Amino acid sequence: MKEDLFELLLRLADDHLILGHRVSEWCGHAPMLEEDLALPNIALDLIGQSRALYTYAGEIEGRGRDEDQLAYLRLEREYRNVLLVERPNGDFAHTIARQLFFSVYMQAWWREAVGSADETLAAIAAKAVKEADYHVRHAAEWTIRLGDGTQESSRRMAAAVDALWSYTGELFETDSVTDALAGAGVAPDPAMLKAGWERVIAEVFTEATLDVPDAQAWQQTGGRRGRHGEEMGYLLADLQYIQRAYPGMTW
Amino acid sequence: MTNETPLWEVFIRPRNGLAHRHCGSLHAADAEMALQAARDVYTRRGEGTSIWVVPSAEITASDPKDKDALFEPTADKIYRHPTFYDIPDDVGHM
Repeated sequence: MKEDLFELLLRLADDHLILGHRVSEWCGHAPMLEEDLALPNIALDLIGQSRALYTYAGEIEGRGRDEDQLAYLRLEREYRNVLLVERPNGDFAHTIARQLFFSVYMQAWWREAVGSADETLAAIAAKAVKEADYHVRHAAEWTIRLGDGTQESSRRMAAAVDALWSYTGELFETDSVTDALAGAGVAPDPAMLKAGWERVIAEVFTEATLDVPDAQAWQQTGGRRGRHGEEMGYLLADLQYIQRAYPGMTW
Repeated sequence: MTNETPLWEVFIRPRNGLAHRHCGSLHAADAEMALQAARDVYTRRGEGTSIWVVPSAEITASDPKDKDALFEPTADKIYRHPTFYDIPDDVGHM
């Protein structure tokens, strides 16, 4: 059980750190000043959530690793994040689609986890769920305006959904880890969140005049087992550079 | 993009019992997006408990040229100023 909980916390923490890093790449580059503040705000929420999760993961593991060691000093194959979160930012529509898919999933996940049998995870969830509520609102409103906007914005939003749809299935994968923790009432069963996720996405897409892709479409997999895309190495090079070049450096 | 989206004035209420105060402006496509942007731009350090956004174009402003006619006549009516009273601390914000 302890190994399962550690593995789960690492997956969740990696999802949030990697997406937080991606979103932070917009800082100074967003299409308008207002979004240049909104996106780093969201990135900071995500990184804050990852910190709480890494810290707790380190305690559960009991080998003295702290949040920094878990975040910065692992190799690519040891990262457990879903492939969705490491996808490059692309244009603004790609970033918003990625954000919508992930945030709607996490909103449901945290809502369930608020009642977790694990008190620490429940406390992290209670804080995170409010942040996730806003992330969903932000991404959904943008999806609607881009999808139901100009010809160009609509085309780009549809292209982003098309490009990222095959990365959504991984969110709902189950294995012995999720089974054990769902059975013990510690964490929600990802598969149980799928129907609700599809319903919310369909509602947003209807308002955005976007087609909902085929639910049975082929889906990517591998992130949870450490098999990442080509872009992940570049991301980690950026993320880990300082700690690799100057081990233990602080400021 | 900022050339195509309207300007909004943002008002934030810092605490219950205080009035909303103008704190700046921003560009947004519509009211809902303006509200979200206001949250992200102006309440990052816990400044607010409530936000108003108003289309800048909807604000009717006094003409600076009318300054003398509008505001000058009050300058010599100091008896209107509540400076002759001590306000008890318990009264709070007035």
